[in-house]
Amino acid sequence: MQAPVNHIVGLTSIVRERLLPVSGTVLVRPNQKVSPNDVVAETKWAREHILLDVARILRVSPNAADRLIKCKVDDQLAASVEIAVGKGLFPRSVRTPREGRVVAVGGGQVLMEVGETKMELRAGIPGTIIEVMPNRGAVIQTAGALVQGVWGNGRIDSGLLVNIAEKQDGVLTTAKLDISLRGSIILGGMVKDAETLQAAADLPVRGLILSSIFPSLLQTAREMRYPIMITDGFGALPMNSAAFKLLSTNAKRDVTVNAEMFDRYSGAKPEVIIPLPISSNPPAPREVETFAPGLQVRMRRPPFMGMIGSIIAIKPGLSTLPSGLRAPAAEVKLENDETVTAPLVNLEVVG
Amino acid sequence: MPSSLVDGNSLLAIDVGAANTRAVLFDVIEGEYRFVASGTAPTTAEAPFKDVAEGARNAIMSLQKILGKNLLDASRGLITPSQSNGTGVDALVVTLSAGPVVKTVVVGLLKDVSLESARRLTESTYTRIVDTIGLNDQRRPDQQIDSILRLRPDLVLITGGTDGGASLSIQKLLEPIGLASFLLPQEKRPAVLFAGNEKMGAEVKTLVGELATSLHFSPNVRPSLETEDIDPAERELARMFINIRKRQIKGVDLLDLWSGGHMLPTAYATGRMVRFLAKVYGSKKGILSVDLGASAAVIAAGFNGKSTLKVSPQFGLGENLPGLLNYTTLEEILRWSSLDISNGVLRDYLYQKSLYPSTIAATREDLAMSQAVARQALYLAMQSARRDFPQNIASIKPNLTPLFEPILAGGGALSDASRPGHNLLLLLDSIQPVGVTTVILDQNNLLPLLGAAASQNNILPVQVLESGAFLSVGTIVSPVVSASYGTLILKAKLNYENGAEARVDLKYGTLETLPLAIGETGKLTIQGLRGADVGFGPGRSGTIPVSGGALGVVFDGRGRPLELPSDTVRRRELIKKWNWTLGGE
Repeated sequence: MQAPVNHIVGLTSIVRERLLPVSGTVLVRPNQKVSPNDVVAETKWAREHILLDVARILRVSPNAADRLIKCKVDDQLAASVEIAVGKGLFPRSVRTPREGRVVAVGGGQVLMEVGETKMELRAGIPGTIIEVMPNRGAVIQTAGALVQGVWGNGRIDSGLLVNIAEKQDGVLTTAKLDISLRGSIILGGMVKDAETLQAAADLPVRGLILSSIFPSLLQTAREMRYPIMITDGFGALPMNSAAFKLLSTNAKRDVTVNAEMFDRYSGAKPEVIIPLPISSNPPAPREVETFAPGLQVRMRRPPFMGMIGSIIAIKPGLSTLPSGLRAPAAEVKLENDETVTAPLVNLEVVG
Repeated sequence: MPSSLVDGNSLLAIDVGAANTRAVLFDVIEGEYRFVASGTAPTTAEAPFKDVAEGARNAIMSLQKILGKNLLDASRGLITPSQSNGTGVDALVVTLSAGPVVKTVVVGLLKDVSLESARRLTESTYTRIVDTIGLNDQRRPDQQIDSILRLRPDLVLITGGTDGGASLSIQKLLEPIGLASFLLPQEKRPAVLFAGNEKMGAEVKTLVGELATSLHFSPNVRPSLETEDIDPAERELARMFINIRKRQIKGVDLLDLWSGGHMLPTAYATGRMVRFLAKVYGSKKGILSVDLGASAAVIAAGFNGKSTLKVSPQFGLGENLPGLLNYTTLEEILRWSSLDISNGVLRDYLYQKSLYPSTIAATREDLAMSQAVARQALYLAMQSARRDFPQNIASIKPNLTPLFEPILAGGGALSDASRPGHNLLLLLDSIQPVGVTTVILDQNNLLPLLGAAASQNNILPVQVLESGAFLSVGTIVSPVVSASYGTLILKAKLNYENGAEARVDLKYGTLETLPLAIGETGKLTIQGLRGADVGFGPGRSGTIPVSGGALGVVFDGRGRPLELPSDTVRRRELIKKWNWTLGGE
């Protein structure tokens, strides 16, 4: 049976696409070295539109209005510019309410886009550009440690990793956040209150790597301007030992937290990337595995949720679980040396 | 390509679900179509595969192992038609429910008329209405444009205007759709279905045609103010759903090609099968199908010439689970649990399970939560579906579930056939059937596949249905009565074919069973007490033929609507007792 894979790897090749949501300008070239804060592509993005119904305002037919409209598509217009004027002794006129660009003209109407903002797409990770995707972005390759999580708040940043979790089931509280952590990425255990998230914002930190979060805090977490990545799930869950070990042993290194929102269809997952010096490119992690003895797995549901173990044997046929359900299962030796039977669908390969 | 279905041809049916893909073989055995075997593999719509054909091939390979013959060739292509050496199949049908919910903007004139029909139409497949544009919309056209640009719908469904009626108002509503589509990148433009005033075809083409990914027309869903005709538009929408999925997920096009263009949305295929059954077996009562899976809760009902189909992705038990709390509370879910589980633990469960929809309950506590969630989701889906049932259908009381015969139940949450008692109690709690009905468990989830096959071969579904591929759970007797707990409300006598007799006295608030094995029949005499009504009239008696099932004849004396005790300890004790009565733990 095919197995889902979550990457927690000490050294691997990491290839990531960085793409604009709309067409824009790519600012990098192949083989260029980039650092996390380098802008790889940029675009302009209009958030609002204004539809000016010239025909209605001038009280003429759409065809007549089209003849009176003075602007054309792609015109960049300031606010209060006259774009059409009617006929008669005291003619009515139509002016642009705001600065903007004309995107469509016809049927007696003018459609403008306004409130244009510049969007800059940063590299997010240090590495080398291996492919440029015209008008959209680039593909970056780096090498290092990779820890994927289950939830992210959509932000990205880089900084020095500081471990204040002490243990896998540590709790991050406001008391642990002092001024010495300003500008750091914090490995912080689980979080149970909104005040802690706010205190981290006030420092400010550059990111939080947490084992778990209460669902009631998700909205607050989304509003934070620094990245928050959750490694294990919701509630009060300790961090799985594989992620904790890897992250805690890489404390004091520069890391990138790309707390991308999990998207099961695109494969986007929140992740921590820790660039490491290499002499040659390590292999990329395997995206697909088949359950087999020897594989390192993580339990995704109770009992033993979050624990790491290794498959000893795939059991033949269906096994009856303590719940009474029957399913294909494996014997898994957990890190505490206990051997348990777990349904295959509740396991994911770690590696 | 598969040849057309003729007598004796084998048929492979593939269902691509949100969590699992199943390959099911039907073939002629001893002169009749039979369900032969099924193979399952995880669905591969998601990363890293992003190709549903991969999961379909894996499911077929799993089926091959059971069959001991090859259906795929060395390059993993489908062998068709079947070969003289026994390999291959003659035809293939595919149903699909996997993929993200289809974001839909509905456009219509009046809230209670065309927009209501548009809502019903939209809910016939795996969609979520993200915006509604109508005459009462207070937003300016440019605000509507910005809304569409922000939401990036996959589908725009336009209704409105009786045939030959209003056109100017619809034209006004179309403008923001056309302009928004124009502003979207080509690959992000929505598909558009126009199911409004049929005289407006040319104008719709002008305003929207070139700007949509694809523009489809169907007959007006509201040809006059008093008439609603959704079926033709449902058919068109079903096809559009497949086309949208082709754009979104790799492999859908290949499976559609394998099926000769006969791929259907799973829910639509279920609805078609229910319509078919209502025609073939129709009685005064309706036919009900409920399907509870990871992608959605699907309720399909057929009534004497009319049918309804309601797909509720918001009540699916997969990635949308946290959204269930927009429709219910943690307390309402936990009222169904026999175990003491805190709100916080349940909330964490909902979020955690949404991360891994394919995982299953391994502990008793996890199972208790998953069953409680399934009950509440199906209960809500049923309540929601009931609102769209036709008027004047057979019922005992208008505010209760109408009379159905039979009730078919399937989907991931109900497919564990080793625990029919658990499944039956879940169905009794959530659907709350009344009167006398038969509950049939579709443990192999065949119903949609038969619905897909029915378009090509109308003998196959009938023969498979009558072949025992479905599990009859039993005959259910649910009197409608008001009484206090422990009061005798019904006496029943079951006369077996062999002359034996069994009796039951049903007290209010309890469940009772009489054994009647699968394949056996008997005559059941029911005497309602204290005004209890099972369809004969309040307090009246009657004798009916009944057929057996895994649990025989089940009497549900808990009242309708089912009201659970507010005292937590008593409620949990009762739930445990009810579970015991039906053979659970």
